[in-house]
Amino acid sequence: MIDVLQLRMQRFLRRVITRPRIDLPLAFGLLVLATCGLMTLYSASGGSMSMIVSQASRFVMGGMLLLLISRIPPSVLRSWTPWLYAGSVALLLVVAALGQVRSGSKRWLDLGVLSFQPSELLKLTVPMMVAWYLHPRQLPPSWKDIIVVGILIAIPAGLIAEQPDLGTALLVSAAGAFALFLSGMAWWKIGSLLAAVGGMIPVAWHFLHEYQRNRVRTLLDPESDPLGNGWHIIQSQIAVGSGGSFGKGWQHGTQSRLDFLPEHTTDFIFAVFSEEFGLVGVIALMVLYAFIIGRCLWIAMEARDTYSRLLAGAIGMSFFVYVFVNGGMVAGMLPVVGVPMPLVSYGGTSAVSLLTGFGVLMAIHANRKMHD
Amino acid sequence: MALRRRSIKDTRGESALFRVRALVGFVLILMGLSALVARYVYLQVQRHDEFALRSENNRVKPRAIPPARGLIFDRNGVLLADNVPAFRLEVVPEQVSDLKAMLSAIRDVVPLDDDDIDAFKKQLRQNRRFDSVPLKLHLTEDEIARFAINRWRFPGLDVVPYLTRRYPYGPLFAHVVGYVGRIDADDLNRLDADRYKGTSHVGRSGLERSYEDMLHGEPGYELVEVNADGRTQRVLETHPPKPGKNLYLSIDARVQKAATDAFAGRPGSAVAIDPRNGQVMAMVSVPSFDPNLFVNGISRADYTTYTTDTDKPLLNRAMKSAYPPGSTVKPFLALGGLEYGIRRPEDTVLSTGEFCIPGQQRCYRDDTRGGDGTVNMVRAIQKSTNTYFYKLALDMGIDRLASWMGSLGFGKKTGIDLLGEAEGILPSREWKATRSKYGWFPGETIIAGIGQGYWNVTALQLAHATATFAGHGTPYAPRLVMATATVKERPMPLPNPPSGPSLIHKPSDWSVVNQGMEAVITGGTGKGIFTGFPYVVAGKSGTAERFSRRSNDYDNNKNTAYLATRHRAWFIAYTPTEAPRIAVAAMLEAGAWGAQDAGPIVRKVMEAWIATQGGAVPARNAPETVPTTVPNAPEEPEDAPVATPADMPAALPSDSSSAPPPDDGGNP
Repeated sequence: MIDVLQLRMQRFLRRVITRPRIDLPLAFGLLVLATCGLMTLYSASGGSMSMIVSQASRFVMGGMLLLLISRIPPSVLRSWTPWLYAGSVALLLVVAALGQVRSGSKRWLDLGVLSFQPSELLKLTVPMMVAWYLHPRQLPPSWKDIIVVGILIAIPAGLIAEQPDLGTALLVSAAGAFALFLSGMAWWKIGSLLAAVGGMIPVAWHFLHEYQRNRVRTLLDPESDPLGNGWHIIQSQIAVGSGGSFGKGWQHGTQSRLDFLPEHTTDFIFAVFSEEFGLVGVIALMVLYAFIIGRCLWIAMEARDTYSRLLAGAIGMSFFVYVFVNGGMVAGMLPVVGVPMPLVSYGGTSAVSLLTGFGVLMAIHANRKMHD
Repeated sequence: MALRRRSIKDTRGESALFRVRALVGFVLILMGLSALVARYVYLQVQRHDEFALRSENNRVKPRAIPPARGLIFDRNGVLLADNVPAFRLEVVPEQVSDLKAMLSAIRDVVPLDDDDIDAFKKQLRQNRRFDSVPLKLHLTEDEIARFAINRWRFPGLDVVPYLTRRYPYGPLFAHVVGYVGRIDADDLNRLDADRYKGTSHVGRSGLERSYEDMLHGEPGYELVEVNADGRTQRVLETHPPKPGKNLYLSIDARVQKAATDAFAGRPGSAVAIDPRNGQVMAMVSVPSFDPNLFVNGISRADYTTYTTDTDKPLLNRAMKSAYPPGSTVKPFLALGGLEYGIRRPEDTVLSTGEFCIPGQQRCYRDDTRGGDGTVNMVRAIQKSTNTYFYKLALDMGIDRLASWMGSLGFGKKTGIDLLGEAEGILPSREWKATRSKYGWFPGETIIAGIGQGYWNVTALQLAHATATFAGHGTPYAPRLVMATATVKERPMPLPNPPSGPSLIHKPSDWSVVNQGMEAVITGGTGKGIFTGFPYVVAGKSGTAERFSRRSNDYDNNKNTAYLATRHRAWFIAYTPTEAPRIAVAAMLEAGAWGAQDAGPIVRKVMEAWIATQGGAVPARNAPETVPTTVPNAPEEPEDAPVATPADMPAALPSDSSSAPPPDDGGNP
């Protein structure tokens, strides 16, 4: 029995390596993006090879995961979906019970050898679950289905927001909401739902932590408090603005590498990028992101069934949320929330989870509709 | 149910609906990204000039403010380690275009030696380009003036004030307080970079090293606006540092001084401990060195002088070098005999001048030719009769001997609050097994009984054992720091609970050994040393041989100078015997005889201690009975009438107002 399994595993791995069923344009886009990320990181970290090596090794790990997952047929993924969802929500509960507290929030689970954030898993399992639920239903979804999906999203999102990790909660709910949007939810229903959410904002404000409220307040008027909460916003804007049209050149950024900009390798790395490569660099990177998202949506349109379609589309569109929230934060448009610039910011869990998501896309691409 | 639903599902229509939604979504995303780009256009094109100016001209930097190092005081608040302002030359590497050219040019203005350049280059590699690195410490006024004139030539260089360390007592406390030194590359790997930002010195030896964590404090920072040259324009915000804690030693500077002077420059060491709590009252190692020379980097010439001196002034003899203890171990061994039930106080041994192991040829000598006759335990201690202790050691066996003496702290660290203590050697089978392939010989047990052979102890260990005995067996780890104080707050005493239960199970055992040690002073090897001393003293001398006797020279040549080259002189004592408050061990590296040479040192330490107490208590209570009657006490001193020590000031540390100014035990 075990021999058979081993043999199967070997054959599977061999196939993964020799005949990867990946979408080359998407893979190419990701490769260019990862390279840009490493270059920026090298400059932002002040030439720290150890950071480059550790980030690159995470890319390699994520890439291997991508190849592995790309071999799993979407139908298999679909049958696993409820379990994956239930498992990841259970992990969130474990974190809430006995997670590690780091810098004021409880997100980490220490497994001895490595510690990771279970909330990262939800970025994938929530859109999977929504797609799984909507897959057999009559689309566009009825109010009843919308409410069920809303609950499926709200449980993990609420748990994550409670940690507190507003950035991830936002990404998780966005991924689920995009699946709902793509399923063809009627426009008037979307409109009334958005209106309801808008009405909820004052209530949500009440539930925010004081530091989160301050971030929003400073966003509205950063100069009022130049040494306190407005500090990051102002310094980040100075970095971006001083870059100009063509930038100061790679490794020649001065502003953003100084001590006052914390997280200049993680959440604020895009400020370094903008300072050194200027508007030209920003536009080029945005085009690259748009290309990747567009390619994801194209894969989604080609997908064989509802589950694959919704999942692929949701993953692609939530990629946009990363870019928009992080780019907006660096430019002082949005409040400071912990959302990384995908594949550019330093950080292992996010790189690995993003590449895992792209692995699912590759799998969906491999099982696309055949045009006859 | 699900099946029916699926059958109704309009897959083709769904797919078309998805297509529309995906396209709409993509368009929305493109709009979102365009909005983002528009914002960047606004920042990077529209407002570029404004931000470029802010970035170029007014860069705000955080700058670390190092904390002031905690001060060190003696028990009465006499300052032993002080912070004094000085100036150093600092470089911000980022602002120097050509480091090499700068370094050669600055040498004409401020002389630099190779050590300065080495340390600078090492630290340069560790620091970030915009953190300043000290180039030369402790600038003279002349150097400051010359740099001021040439400052325009050196962008990125500046003279910065800092606090440096000064030890007002110089050599007196060098081995206790230690010194700080400039942080070097090795330190940078060991220290927490965030805590030491802006700090140039770190504790290198002594208490400065072992209490580094407390003394250092927490750095603060300030946000400063700097211009393009890196010169500070103004300070925007200050987060003050938290200064390190002050330390209060249990040592009294006057006792320390008296102990040092008692050696008159002869190499040796002395340690005094309060048996009631383990507080160290004096700890000297002679000769000593000037710690001030090390603070800002010792010159090569000064260092060579110290390292080549045959008397090794840099060596802390009190705790880092161990010597054979000789006869000073005898009272402890006697106590072990009583505690193990091997000897009763009245058991006698006939000393004939030679002791031979039954059934063997080898014989071991007594010090007195012909022996001391029939001796019991008290008399054996008094006369230091070797035969008694040869036999006791043999009866006890090496295992019990090692275990008992080990419990008194021999052969291991005492646990004093200093680093680098020597363990010495406690003779035992285990110890020998690590050094030699031969097993243990009975002859080795015999000489272990008189503190010869493998034995090696430090003065600190012997003082610790003496204090443990004087305190009726309750062991305390020796402590130099009695209290610590946060700046502007009252000193908080550092607790030092006993490190174990009392080692003495029968109070009568203590009395017997104490009686023997009192007899040493009144009519034994230490006779005459404490003549006129106000308290009853109990002590024991030790004269350890450095080399084994190979010729008859030793028997014939009684010249003191000759013996001094062969002997180490020890003396241990405690007083007052009714309720001991000070225990002292003194060692003279080249002393002819323990009692004659080391004994007076112990007496001087004790006299200085009494002076700090405001005189002897009997002297105050009944001046007419003292100093004449006590020294002429009869052979059995426990019968001598002595005033009770109940009202001594040290017994009431909290009641500092009633005691004379130097108050023993109270907080300064």
